[in-house]
Amino acid sequence: MVHWTDAEREAINTFWAKIDHEEVGHQALTRVLVVYPWTQRYFSTFGNLSNATAIAGNPKVRAHGKRVLDALGDAITHLDNVSATYAKLSQLHSEKLHVDPENFRLLGETLIIVLAGQFGAAFTPAIHATWQKFLAVVIAALSKQYH
Amino acid sequence: MYSATEKALIVSIWEKVTPHTEQWGGEALERLFTVFPQTKIYFKHVDTSPGSAAIRTHGDKVMKAIGSTAGDLDNMSTTLSSLSNLHAYNLMVDPVNFKLLSHCILVVLANHLPSEFTPEAHLAFDKFLASVASVLSHKYR
Repeated sequence: MVHWTDAEREAINTFWAKIDHEEVGHQALTRVLVVYPWTQRYFSTFGNLSNATAIAGNPKVRAHGKRVLDALGDAITHLDNVSATYAKLSQLHSEKLHVDPENFRLLGETLIIVLAGQFGAAFTPAIHATWQKFLAVVIAALSKQYH
Repeated sequence: MYSATEKALIVSIWEKVTPHTEQWGGEALERLFTVFPQTKIYFKHVDTSPGSAAIRTHGDKVMKAIGSTAGDLDNMSTTLSSLSNLHAYNLMVDPVNFKLLSHCILVVLANHLPSEFTPEAHLAFDKFLASVASVLSHKYR
């Protein structure tokens, strides 16, 4: 089981309360698709992803970004058992979606960059470290059912 | 390979970094040591506490070295030749750490230049820092 200090729980929950799931999800997913274009292979049904403007304006990208952030909320509500919370999602990503777990890491890094852009000076190195740890736990949980 | 737009983006953003190389370089290193504490092993001889003069000086050095390549991206291996030797033969920094520092630099850019650091700028800089890392490690073996 992952050990969370009170400061870490507070950092995660306080920031989470301020995050607009749709906006942050949209920015993060847009950046992943722009910065790491090979990730577009998982979104062949999304329509026009031909350039950064198309990606940013794509309504399916926006909707999916929100979905991802909403799911992250589940992990935050169950910080003491992210693995169990994500067991079905992990299975889905492995058996149905066939997503290379490396992509979880790319999305994690990108989400941190989006948070840094949104929160400015409030996104201190200590807060950055807490979110890095949280996302590492999420990534481990999502990768757990792969075989 | 950089498009003309990407080259221009890198130059214009770097112009905004130039007045802050010490502060932002120091911050990138502070983030590196806080978020990825294992990286401190390369700095045992240095005061890595937050805000230390040594870290600001070193951060300044790192950012200026990166900046020295921004105007001539196609000749990066020439510009960084002696740094490339240093990293290969003396420092032998495990190349995985270049990715960690690059990430911290991107975080600093996003943090201080939120409107300029668009998805296209993010892409250009991700490529740029990856090239720097590649040049720094290409004499390793």
